[in-house]
Amino acid sequence: MNRYPLWKYAILVVALIVGIVYTLPNLFGEAPAVQISSGKATVKLDASMKQRVEDILAKASLQPDFVQYDGNSVKARFADLDAQRKAKDALSAALNPDPNDPTYIVALNLLSRSPRWLTALHALPMYLGLDLRGGVHFLMQVDMQAALTKKAESTAGDVRTLLRDKNIRHAGITRDGNAIVVRFRDQATLAAARPVLADQLTDFVWTESQDGTDWKLAGSLKPDAIKRVQEAAITQNITTLHNRVNELGVAEPVIQQQGADRVVVQLPGVQDTAKAKDIIGRTATLEMRMVDESSEGRMAMTGAGPVPFGSERYTERGGQPLIVKRQVLLTGENLTDAQPGFDGQTQEPAVHLTVDARGARIMRDVSRENIGKRMAILLFEKGKGEVVTAPVIRGELGNRFQISGRMTTAEANDVALLLRAGSLAAPMEIIEERTIGPSLGAENIDKGFHSVVGGFCAIALFMCAYYLLFGVISTLALALNLLLLVAVLSMLQATLTLPGIAAIALTLGMAIDANVLINERVREELRGGANPQSAINTGYERAWATILDSNVTTLIAGLALLAFGSGPIRAFAIVHCLGIITSMFSAVLFSRGLVNLWYGRQKRLKSVSIGQVWKPGASVPAKT
Amino acid sequence: MEFFRIHRDIPFMRHALVFNVISAVTFLAAVFFLFTRGLHYSIEFTGGNVIEAAYAQPADIAKIRSTVESLNLGDVLVQNFGSSRDVMIRVPVRADLKQGELADRVFAALCGAEKGKVEERAAPSSSGSSGTRKVCAAGDAEPVVLSRSEVVGPQVGKELAQDGAKALAFVVIGIMIYLALRFEWKFSVAAIVANLHDVVIILGFFAFFQWEFSLSVLAAVLAVLGYSVNESVVIFDRIRESFRRYRKMTTPEVIDHAITSTISRTIITHGSTQMMVLSMLIFGGQTLHYFAIALTIGILFGIYSSVFVAAAIAMWLGVKREDLVKSAAKDHDPNDPNAGAVV
Repeated sequence: MNRYPLWKYAILVVALIVGIVYTLPNLFGEAPAVQISSGKATVKLDASMKQRVEDILAKASLQPDFVQYDGNSVKARFADLDAQRKAKDALSAALNPDPNDPTYIVALNLLSRSPRWLTALHALPMYLGLDLRGGVHFLMQVDMQAALTKKAESTAGDVRTLLRDKNIRHAGITRDGNAIVVRFRDQATLAAARPVLADQLTDFVWTESQDGTDWKLAGSLKPDAIKRVQEAAITQNITTLHNRVNELGVAEPVIQQQGADRVVVQLPGVQDTAKAKDIIGRTATLEMRMVDESSEGRMAMTGAGPVPFGSERYTERGGQPLIVKRQVLLTGENLTDAQPGFDGQTQEPAVHLTVDARGARIMRDVSRENIGKRMAILLFEKGKGEVVTAPVIRGELGNRFQISGRMTTAEANDVALLLRAGSLAAPMEIIEERTIGPSLGAENIDKGFHSVVGGFCAIALFMCAYYLLFGVISTLALALNLLLLVAVLSMLQATLTLPGIAAIALTLGMAIDANVLINERVREELRGGANPQSAINTGYERAWATILDSNVTTLIAGLALLAFGSGPIRAFAIVHCLGIITSMFSAVLFSRGLVNLWYGRQKRLKSVSIGQVWKPGASVPAKT
Repeated sequence: MEFFRIHRDIPFMRHALVFNVISAVTFLAAVFFLFTRGLHYSIEFTGGNVIEAAYAQPADIAKIRSTVESLNLGDVLVQNFGSSRDVMIRVPVRADLKQGELADRVFAALCGAEKGKVEERAAPSSSGSSGTRKVCAAGDAEPVVLSRSEVVGPQVGKELAQDGAKALAFVVIGIMIYLALRFEWKFSVAAIVANLHDVVIILGFFAFFQWEFSLSVLAAVLAVLGYSVNESVVIFDRIRESFRRYRKMTTPEVIDHAITSTISRTIITHGSTQMMVLSMLIFGGQTLHYFAIALTIGILFGIYSSVFVAAAIAMWLGVKREDLVKSAAKDHDPNDPNAGAVV
């Protein structure tokens, strides 16, 4: 009756092992490391950097624990702070020949000390929240109305161009909020214009009406188009923020969307709010200019002559100099979209660009006169320009055109991102900011840790004293619960915050309830005169229904917090909900497994070690 | 060891009226304080600016208060925070001022009161690059240092309050539906009334002592709501079981029996949870202080309300054996055309 089949024990053992493996990385702590990331929007790090870093370190006779490349940055871990500092100096000297214009950011960082085989299993330590490691927190609100207005504004320009192209006379185009109103003198022109607009501008719904003697055609954004515009706006803003934050050299910045129109920016380790704000709020600008291909320009490009008057020297991504005219053809404001894709004919990777009506007119004029010449697209940050790409103009261009040839799909993606990332799609405003000192963070970790340990020990002592062996089993089950909870949180790569630690403590305090229920039930059965084996069995069985009921109500409260909470509340709720689920497993299945293992095989069990079972005089319960 | 050696069922229900009167009085007192004193909301809810300044000398709160009040920023709150040198200043949100400016102005005023001047000084940041830091300099000394500033826009606070109310409503409705399905509507009403009364009493404490009501306290309150309902559920489970088992007992006797047989578990469980909370109260520091206090009050009143209030309300609502022991009745459904064909 009290035996588990082998597969149930197997599940328990697997759970135990998984729990231990995924909890382990949290115990190793962190070691000093150096992180190398790209310092410019136009420079991208790749796997070859790893070799370069290894070579530089070998030359400086520094022995890193390991060097790893993780997609965005290269990190090298060191045994002590001294080696870390030396490595930083050596790397910055080798990678950034000009300290005033760093190509790479070399920053000090911390890496988990856990052994490599754990990392290979994706067993990584939990991420520590800002309140535990110190730093700056911003909550930014994206002005979605501005994004829509911008869209309507650029479309109004498109309408004007379209109607001019088709020779349709209108009596004025205005923007009214997010809507575009086109006026016509008579109904016939309106009837001619409508199919053109409906065909070309598919994001808008067009409705006609009469206003005095004029006819009006009003276009408003379709609901799904509104959603698309807003999503695009927030994605672009997040990308831009990423680029700007990278420059701060922050080890692990968090930039996340929160709700429909908010962005959370967390910069661990940064204490200078003013500088962080300055960098986040900075605007980068995109400019399109012609390449100077006069003979003087060519001379200057090979380094044989001075830069001609009216031109400037910039460096291409490959490092070659490029002489570009000073005259600006278009700015990033005219560029409405840039997407990676493929050329329609050659199937080569390409970047598709869309410019607004004004941009299209300029593009058409410029490209017609300059076929076969090169046009440079420059990105200006901090007053310094960088050539994103400098394609050759192949034909006359309209409002949509593409850059293709000599690039891989990954490069096309990068260029499109850079072109889009130049500026914010919609203005943002900081609505919440918080600074937490690093010492406060370390203090909070200690406090949280002590709370959990103190509470756990108190409960363990009491349970063992009161329920003897069953108490020991309950304590083991509670320990497994803690292990599983930490393991699941590490697997999910959740961010641990102080409210999260509080939730762990509280969940453990509540989880013991299940074991108390079981133990009390078993005692009660024994009191009622049942033999030990059946007392264990019915005790567990009867307690189960109650445990389920009570956990469901707690879970409802946890889910409500998860659904409506944000920030610290959410962290609390996630841990709380997970803890309830793991507690059901550990308190019922695991503790039963241990009991079965201990008592299950004994056929003639006389007594169980569950503390004193006190039996009242024969009279209770009175009526049966 | 066995703490609870109870010979016969304790007649809790005989005193139900007394307990309910005590509950009602505490509840009304809590509501009274909530209305007269109101909750002392943290900056997360109200929006505003918190500025923490560390003084070189023990700070003169009255002087600081008059300095900040002279700026006419509205309802300003000045208090000690942690030690006698650390001062926390709360200033409400001002529509006409930019967020950063306000902290700067307050700091400038504090600095002026200490006969210093605010200067920009280069300060190296952790990433190695240099930034500037505002420093209050009076000669060589630095009489006051701005240690932390926090700004929350008013819209965030409003949303938080709304979300909090929504979460509370969601919990109440969710639990009621669950209990109504699992037991009976009378129990679900009784459990919710009993536990909302806990929530109101916790809030009453916070209003009476003017403790800071922050987001984490709200989380604690909702967690307590789920937790003490769970207490009521255990008792209701027993009531249902006793109705099935002891057919001759009257309703109050059944309730008494159910409470008596679960009292040991109730006390031990809550005692264990309370140990954990106590550990948080002792080791958790300032940040977890009110969270742990809210939990403590919640746990204590949770025991009281589920033992004495929930069951009593269920009794007043007229719980009967038939309400719970439905399965027996269903076996002999008189309207079932196939009934009687029992083999």
